[in-house]
Amino acid sequence: MTILNPYGMTRRHFLNHVAGAATAIPTMHFLSHLEANASQVKKQQKACILIWMAGGPPTIDIWDLKPGSKNGGEFKPISTQGDMQISEHMPQTAKVMGDLSLIRSMSTREADHARGTYYMHSAYVPNPTVVHPTFGSVVSYELGSRRKELDIPSFISIGGSRGSAGFLGMANSPFVVSSDGSIQNAEINMTEQQRLGQRLDMLQVLESGFIKSKRGESANSHKDIYKKAVNLMTSKQMEAFKVDQEPEALKEAYGTGNFGKGLLLARRLVEVGVPFIEVSASVGSWDLHQGVFDTLKNQNLPQLDKGISALVTDLKQRAMLDDVTIVCMGEFGRTPRINQNVGRDHWAASWTAMVGGGGLKNGQAVGKTDSNGIGIEGKSYLPGDLWATVSHSLGIPLDIVHTSKRGRPMKLANGGTPIKELIG
Amino acid sequence: MHRFSKQLCVVFASAICASLLVSLADAAPPAASRAKAFSTGSFDPFVDYINGQIRQGWEDNEVEPSPIATDAEWLRRVHLDLIGQIPSTEEVEQFVKDRDTAKRSKIIDKLLDDPAYVQNFTNVWTNLLIGRRTPRRVSRNGMQKFLREVFAKNRPWNEVVQDLVSAEGHFEENGAVNYLLAQMQNNDEAVQVTAATTRLFLGIQVQCTQCHNHPFNDWKQNQFWEYNSFFRQMRRINHRKTDPKTGRQVDDYSEVVATGFNGPVYYEKRSGLMQVAYPIFENVKVDPEAGVERRKEFSKLIVQGEKPLIASAIVNRMWGYFIGYGFTRPVDDMGPHNPASHPELLTKMSEELVKKKYDLKQLARWICNSEAYNLTSQFGRKNDIDSPERGETPLFSHMYVKNMTAEQLYDSLIVATGAHKSGQSNWERAEAQRRRWMGQFMVAFDSDSGDDSTTFNGTIPQALMMMNGDLTKNAISADKGSYLNQLLLEKGNDQVKIRKMFMSTLSRYPDRRETTSAQRLIGSSKDKLTAYQDLYWALLNSNEFVFNH
Repeated sequence: MTILNPYGMTRRHFLNHVAGAATAIPTMHFLSHLEANASQVKKQQKACILIWMAGGPPTIDIWDLKPGSKNGGEFKPISTQGDMQISEHMPQTAKVMGDLSLIRSMSTREADHARGTYYMHSAYVPNPTVVHPTFGSVVSYELGSRRKELDIPSFISIGGSRGSAGFLGMANSPFVVSSDGSIQNAEINMTEQQRLGQRLDMLQVLESGFIKSKRGESANSHKDIYKKAVNLMTSKQMEAFKVDQEPEALKEAYGTGNFGKGLLLARRLVEVGVPFIEVSASVGSWDLHQGVFDTLKNQNLPQLDKGISALVTDLKQRAMLDDVTIVCMGEFGRTPRINQNVGRDHWAASWTAMVGGGGLKNGQAVGKTDSNGIGIEGKSYLPGDLWATVSHSLGIPLDIVHTSKRGRPMKLANGGTPIKELIG
Repeated sequence: MHRFSKQLCVVFASAICASLLVSLADAAPPAASRAKAFSTGSFDPFVDYINGQIRQGWEDNEVEPSPIATDAEWLRRVHLDLIGQIPSTEEVEQFVKDRDTAKRSKIIDKLLDDPAYVQNFTNVWTNLLIGRRTPRRVSRNGMQKFLREVFAKNRPWNEVVQDLVSAEGHFEENGAVNYLLAQMQNNDEAVQVTAATTRLFLGIQVQCTQCHNHPFNDWKQNQFWEYNSFFRQMRRINHRKTDPKTGRQVDDYSEVVATGFNGPVYYEKRSGLMQVAYPIFENVKVDPEAGVERRKEFSKLIVQGEKPLIASAIVNRMWGYFIGYGFTRPVDDMGPHNPASHPELLTKMSEELVKKKYDLKQLARWICNSEAYNLTSQFGRKNDIDSPERGETPLFSHMYVKNMTAEQLYDSLIVATGAHKSGQSNWERAEAQRRRWMGQFMVAFDSDSGDDSTTFNGTIPQALMMMNGDLTKNAISADKGSYLNQLLLEKGNDQVKIRKMFMSTLSRYPDRRETTSAQRLIGSSKDKLTAYQDLYWALLNSNEFVFNH
């Protein structure tokens, strides 16, 4: 048997094969090595969890309330850290705002779903000539590639993927799993596992022939993807996806819906070293053109509140919060003006993004909107500034320039500047 | 093994000679490589015109084209592109043996008349028009019924587009309405319909001018709303009914009906100023008063002129479909900021298509009979700059490797395991099975933007499905009557059977290295069936199998 074939049939395969042959010693040795690593992982490895509110959340009703204005709507503000106030329907989150911050002057100009989603994820506006990597792919490229012990993909998207790796290549594209952590077709039985080595050796012969025949990059990427898939199937780190193993009380605290499960899964993935996890805030539609207050009050906010507060508390208890940066936003905010259907429409000119953890100077609101929520008073921020702040807390140097396949240089986070107040 | 017809052999040999000469002399004119003009055996002078234009691009850029693809490579490609599945072993062997110099041209005609052609293009256009994931209250069956008729009768494309944009009625009685219904998911004043219609049928992307003037060209914001005002006289009605079992209200059917909308539409400039826009298409203004059916007017306006946008849009899309890259990238963004790689050819093909009454089969025939389509996907030192995947402008000096679509992969797996011969010909049932299988790749999107991404191509989920999924399990099944079980019972030694397995999956025979490896695999396995299964598994999982090259 080939021990080192190009599909990563390395340690684990060795492990799987020899385990059957009752050679227990190397197995034990390997496992203890892994466990030693795991505790280090928890301490040192930085990560970002992006909570994505698809559709564009009405941040004026969540993070930046305007009591007394005709745009203010039904909700009342409640106090948190310092003089920072948030919605009354976020009571649990209010208690942990000392570990979170608000950027209240996002001004992002793209108010179309697809364009806003692209812009907020990549810090670049869509351009027909190039596909910019979504920021999870950037983190995967910068941090994931250095984490040699990581067998599972370094950018995992729970509940849906938005954006692609663009010119950073398929290896950094989001890996989509459902919120219960199940990955289709990843589990194989013992017999299949024993035959995998033989099958992959034959596959290697076929693949290398096609690659040598010079037909372009895609033949090579195919091989890389298979390597990752095999790693995934055979890795101990697959345990991280088994979110059901968590204690009932903790599951209850996060919320038992898809969003709560997704966040808990994200924490488990951070623990094995995944540097970027996107969790879909699938608590109901955020595209609230109508009935905004009823939907928020009865459906979206109770779950959002539960999930965010449980995540912050859990990470803090595990001493992980300083290494995990949390971002919570959608593609834009919603109009301060309330429309005739008691809804709010698309609005990119002035809205709030939430960030936290990650060793940032938290517990503050940065930036300010006017009393009607329409204009920005003072400095406004772009997605590039937000991602530059995240890069700073993840330890990714800001002067990095990626080069597109056409040779066009692309600054990290579109040349954004970390938000001074947050990085201290 | 890969036998050429005599004529092709000569062509191939002279290509090699010529390229040798060029590399020796270094000053010889480039792209003069094939002494004798290539022909599939088609006598259409327009194919010669296409070849001339493409050759000009090679000369101007000093590249030399790759050799003509072997018969086996080409047959696999043309099967996948026209009928959406790989050829069977018998089809490849017969084609390679055939001495007819016009055999390529003849097979193109044959495949265009194959019922699978109808199914393939129905799949392609269903995905383009309503997405892979059927939106709620849209009838995929209705859409497919409409498209099957389009491709079975080879209806002129201009009429098809006219039917789609002006459709009204019940979503199964007039399947064309499903295109509109799919774009009317939000109560969005027909914004999505406007964006999709201009992109899909006119090949222009005006969606960013919804909110502001176009950043890269002269299009102004009012243009979006002028197009939009053509689509404001309609609305959808979703009919509900009581489910007799549960007593609950459930979806019954949906329809598109006309409304009495008249006058201009209003939109907001970024400054906050309100503006008006009237139904105007390329400077022709339509009466905005009530009683004028604007979508009907729109469908008349878009076919006017010698080379209307709908002609160049379909030419560019089909060229991209067959060759991997269109004349612009993406194929549906042909605005003034994005010049075409071969503008003259694109214009002429569009004009010619109009003259041929928008005959889609004729368009496919031109492309498939062209020299560019007949080249191998292997490239060499003399044309490795022709690499659109690295961002270069395509020169079409070799075939570009394409991903199989999920539908093509599914159907090809069926062919590779001979399941198509065992009476699985009931279209409805086969379609239901395919849809179930496809379901696993669709990611549920929460976003309202109608994003059609799937987790399919070149991804870990695809690799996992190919390695461990049910379809592969069935394909390598050892059950009685299965492909491998039968192969095992057939006469012939291992080498013969190895050759058969290669042919039924990769449409070619193995080379010596591959045969040796396969024999070694058989030698080290506990029994033959296990070895055959593992070999077949490797073949189905190989890059060569999942790419259309």
